[in-house]
Amino acid sequence: MVTTFFNLVGRDLRLALRGGIGSLVAMVFFVIAATLFPLGVGPESALLERIAPGVLWVCALLATMLSLDRMFQEDYDDGSLEVIALGPLPLEIVVLAKVLAHWLTTGLPLIISAPVLAILLNMSTQGFAVLIISLLLGTPILSLIGSVGAALTVGLKRGGVLISLLVLPLYVPVLIFAVGAVEGAIFGLGAQANLLILAAGFLFFLVLTPWASAAALRMALE
Amino acid sequence: MAIKKRKAGAGVHFFANPARFLRFARRIYSWTALIAVACIVAALVLGLAVVPADYRQGDAYRIIFIHVPASWMALMIYVIMAVASAAGFIWRHPLADLAAKSSAPIGACFTFISLVTGALWGEPMWGTWWVWDARVTSMLVLLFLYLGYIALHSAYDDPTKGARAAAILALVGVINVPIIKFSVDYWNTLHQPATISKFNRPSMDASMITPLLLMVAGFIAFYLVVLIIRLRSEIAARRIRNLRLAQAGH
Repeated sequence: MVTTFFNLVGRDLRLALRGGIGSLVAMVFFVIAATLFPLGVGPESALLERIAPGVLWVCALLATMLSLDRMFQEDYDDGSLEVIALGPLPLEIVVLAKVLAHWLTTGLPLIISAPVLAILLNMSTQGFAVLIISLLLGTPILSLIGSVGAALTVGLKRGGVLISLLVLPLYVPVLIFAVGAVEGAIFGLGAQANLLILAAGFLFFLVLTPWASAAALRMALE
Repeated sequence: MAIKKRKAGAGVHFFANPARFLRFARRIYSWTALIAVACIVAALVLGLAVVPADYRQGDAYRIIFIHVPASWMALMIYVIMAVASAAGFIWRHPLADLAAKSSAPIGACFTFISLVTGALWGEPMWGTWWVWDARVTSMLVLLFLYLGYIALHSAYDDPTKGARAAAILALVGVINVPIIKFSVDYWNTLHQPATISKFNRPSMDASMITPLLLMVAGFIAFYLVVLIIRLRSEIAARRIRNLRLAQAGH
């Protein structure tokens, strides 16, 4: 079963690689959006420094939201989702494999490009390490919660925009705690509490979301 | 050993038969509507005219008699919606799905009323129409939860599938409500805004509690009345759909 799991992850990664630049839509959007903010609010460095953690995390969140419908939609459209669902892996584990592949193609590029953008947004260097850690903990949560939204809308014709509306209330706590961690590090209040809550949230959603997503997928595949 | 024979239709499956529910609804409809009108009118008269003005806020506080019951209804309806969704999902109770679907717009309207009356109250009290307070932000996110639920329901062509998808969303959302409340509460205390004075609701005088409770009772009765109307139309719509499908030869 473990080899099947990693075969599935590898398949998704290979498909993403063959998709070319299109599979990096999240990272491209992240860079563009984060670059637009200084152009919009002005280059005053004190202002940018104040809003940098929030802006970075909001852009990461929006970028993840944009890439969510790629999780199940293509496989559903060409029928391979049905074949995978009939396979030896439980559907919950299939969801976890999809989430892992999604995170590797979406979350990881975000984490890699975050320090560069943090410099562009004049973020205080005290927050860099916690920013990376908060992204490391937070982006898997975003992928996990996003899988529920993607699974609920996989059968719909115009489900793309709906996903954002569905996952938004669930993303709000992640955003609050992640930005709280980074700002805690910057202002010397300590980031440990927020990071621990993020870690707890990751474990919580790791258990809950595969069940919800698998139930939604089963319903879509009926 | 005598086997206890359960009366036909006992328990939660009493209303599983739509026809039985419709008969029950027809009996209680006019009474519930009357109670709703009476309670709301009495609450409005008491609250707006009879109860004395607050010593600190003057007459502007009277919007509390709409704002607080609307907020309670918004939360209560969400819980009812989540329970009904669970019942529909687990037991395939046919009317539970419809009850959840029918309750969502009512809950969304109450949330909207709560936010608007809160803004109208906030302007004379705090000098601002909006504040990113923990409670206000939680209610805004609740509104988005309602809207997402309604949008998901209407996005599906097949109403049964739509009901089950929306049920999953409602259940995940109900777990999220305390998380949201905690996170926004925490976020707000971390960045304590300096200029907003915290409004401590004083323990209310007995004369003020009466219109409040009357309004809550009126709103609950109103919710039941509108729920019955919507359930009737949902059942009728389902029958029409089944007739059309049968006619088309499916």
